[in-house]
Amino acid sequence: MARAGFSRWATYRQAAVAGMFTNTVFGIIKLSVLLAVIDETGGTVAGYDHASLSTYVWVSQGLIAVVYVFGWSELALRVRTGDIAIDLARPVDLQLSWLATDLGRATYAIGARAVVPMVVGALLFGFAFPHDPTAIVLIAPAIALAVVISFACRFLVNLAAFWLVEVRGLITLYVLTMNLLCGLVVPVQLFPTWLKVVAYSTPFPFLLQAPTDLVTGQAQGWQAVGSVAAQLGWCVVLLGLGRLVLSRATEKLVVQGG
Amino acid sequence: MIVEVERLRRDFVVRHKTSRFGRSRDVVTAVADVTFGINAGECLGYIGANGAGKSTTVKMLMGIRGPTSGRVQVCGLEPVRERTVLARRVGAVFGQRSQLWWDLPLTDSFRLLGAIHRMPDRAWQARLQECADLLDMHEFLTTPVRQLSLGQRMRGEVTAALLHSPELLLLDEPTIGLDIVSKERLRGFLAEERSERGTTVLLATHDLSDIERLSDRIIVIDHGRLAFDGTLPALVSRVGASRVLVVDLVEPGPPLDDIPNTTLQSVEADGLRQHLAFRAEETSAATVIAAVTARVELRDLAITEPAIEDVVRRLYLSPHQDPQ
Amino acid sequence: MVELQPLGTAGRGDAVPSLLSAYVALVRSRLSAQMVYRGSFAFEVGAQFGIGFVDFAEIYVVFHQVSSLGGFSFAEVAMMFALTTCAFSMADMFVGHIDGLPNYVRTGQFDAMLLRPLSALGQLVTSDFSLRRLGRAMTGLLVLGAALVFTDIDWTPARLLLLVITPVAGCAIFCAIFVAAAAVSFWLVEGTEFANAFTYGGNYLASLPFTIFHVAVQRFFTFVIPAAFVAYLPTLALLGRKDPTGLPGWLCWSGPVAALIAAAAARLLWRNGLHHYVGAGS
Repeated sequence: MARAGFSRWATYRQAAVAGMFTNTVFGIIKLSVLLAVIDETGGTVAGYDHASLSTYVWVSQGLIAVVYVFGWSELALRVRTGDIAIDLARPVDLQLSWLATDLGRATYAIGARAVVPMVVGALLFGFAFPHDPTAIVLIAPAIALAVVISFACRFLVNLAAFWLVEVRGLITLYVLTMNLLCGLVVPVQLFPTWLKVVAYSTPFPFLLQAPTDLVTGQAQGWQAVGSVAAQLGWCVVLLGLGRLVLSRATEKLVVQGG
Repeated sequence: MIVEVERLRRDFVVRHKTSRFGRSRDVVTAVADVTFGINAGECLGYIGANGAGKSTTVKMLMGIRGPTSGRVQVCGLEPVRERTVLARRVGAVFGQRSQLWWDLPLTDSFRLLGAIHRMPDRAWQARLQECADLLDMHEFLTTPVRQLSLGQRMRGEVTAALLHSPELLLLDEPTIGLDIVSKERLRGFLAEERSERGTTVLLATHDLSDIERLSDRIIVIDHGRLAFDGTLPALVSRVGASRVLVVDLVEPGPPLDDIPNTTLQSVEADGLRQHLAFRAEETSAATVIAAVTARVELRDLAITEPAIEDVVRRLYLSPHQDPQ
Repeated sequence: MVELQPLGTAGRGDAVPSLLSAYVALVRSRLSAQMVYRGSFAFEVGAQFGIGFVDFAEIYVVFHQVSSLGGFSFAEVAMMFALTTCAFSMADMFVGHIDGLPNYVRTGQFDAMLLRPLSALGQLVTSDFSLRRLGRAMTGLLVLGAALVFTDIDWTPARLLLLVITPVAGCAIFCAIFVAAAAVSFWLVEGTEFANAFTYGGNYLASLPFTIFHVAVQRFFTFVIPAAFVAYLPTLALLGRKDPTGLPGWLCWSGPVAALIAAAAARLLWRNGLHHYVGAGS
């Protein structure tokens, strides 16, 4: 199923190029804001300098397609049309099959969408390579876990379709809140304390900020290990919650005779 | 003439992947060098297999596609340039694409179309009433379009096309996917419409039974080219294709292999159903039926027309190669 | 003999609908479809309102770290954000859904539109009307109100007029960008994906002080895509400040002119795109 996910997304080649272009434009805007900030603060802010800010911008922009921070409502659509009944009747586990498809998509996105903006950004604006060996080793697992966390969250939000008539507003609200709290718009390290508390009480920072921190050097040594451990924890919790809600939802479906 | 088409051509480019990294361009000619005209009040059957170029021609008559070369004029207007003006005078039904509003009740589609065609309420409501009576639509007028059956939807589509009483009606595969009853009802309605209002009709289809009842004249189009322009009897006789009379007997009977001018094609269910082929220029359906009923008691009968692919194939094999 | 349906029937008191009323009827059918589920609609409006604030959070967070961005204070940048949000959310409401064009083309619905005696663009624009987007405009107005309290503006009648006109002109500019973006999809299959850089990217960028950008970026988004006229330049005019890169002062008052030019350019691009579609589609 992962391979099927890979090839389905592989046919959207022109979309990938277009996405990369948009990605780069947003990256330039984002970086301009942050560089203007360190202009004011005398060159560094919350542990970031020019090079690491540039790294942060291009790595996070590169990861957004992999981790999929956009609106996703495929599952909700299947619930709305009733096709979900077919999926549930299959012998394959619903959550895991969607997860497998998503992992395939993410794998393709690494090559198709992530690499180019990162390289372009690095060449034009500067890049700071990570030094800490622990952090470097943990980058790949951190990205993988981030994809799973993102999937688990989107899965949960889509399940709301079993109870709500129209999930579009909920999904948009989820996307924008998650975009902010995952450190996509501004690094979480720059948040005021109260907002940091809010952010870390959600899984969102572990979706994007955590893997990015490993590259920018914000998380090193034991911090890096702790970050990945926290990611793992969230994976377990969210996937488990997803299964729980799904079983409730299927009960509801059966009761309604749908 | 209401429709004038001269050396009409339509090419388009198709890109496809030839390998993992390569792509190639192909130029496909959908309509090649077609010339014909339709007089006011005429009904023209435009026949061709799927992909022969019928739909493309209809689209060019409506102005939603432009010709690559050649001239087309409808109601004295150039379709592409004067699309919106033309749309007031022409109605179109596309069998495979809906023009109704999917999520609204059927009657709301008519309300919107009434406003779009700038018809006073009374005008479009009267027209709707007429069509609803003739097509028996009253029971599903308030149903959302997406919940309608295909037959119901097509009745809605035809009404929508005729709401503004256009001079010219273009139909592209209007009976595709419909059952016999629905097909007959639609054909009957169109025939009625023609005789009442003298609307000019172009009926593009691959189903020969569609045009049998309605068309004065037919054009056969094959791979974008005009293969025949004349009447249906002329086509059938030239092509020598057989029509088939399918009879259902009241009780199983002996094979009817001695009816004059017919060939017994097949016998099913011990003689309960029999297929008799006959040629139009040798005898008529009425004569054959009379001969059969003189022999046995019939429960039901149907006439199937030759398939268009068969007709076209024979057309190219027949002695006269050029369309008259 | 064929009877042509006359545009006015000989009936007593029968009103012939105007062209406008056709479009109004189309929009009204969309509105009624939206308001069917009252609770859901209220939630949607609320969600849009919340979205506006989440958007504002970026600026809030930035100003937690610094007291000036590109030479502008929190209130001043908030004003730029608010003007952009009002303009963009209104444009999104009127025209945003036009990015459905590739879908309509694929399903044949676009051809169905072309069969009607109405402009294709007009039908696309009236194909939806997301009233819920006003929720986001409300956020913009709130932030604008707050920002005006904290900024030091020397009010004149001209400046007051500018304040009122700016979101309107900004809305027109974004509408033009949306239309141009959709027109691109007549040539490029993934045109709208590509054009997102200018619609949503334009929204992002317009809410920020242009002084933080490289001069090339500033010029592009002033003279090619007139995003600067949505909020940055009008804010300069309201504050009575000069553009550090040397743009003339009168330019800051030219939002409406920029909007007109943008509209004309978008219309041209659309017509060419439609011409291409009719000529090249299968």
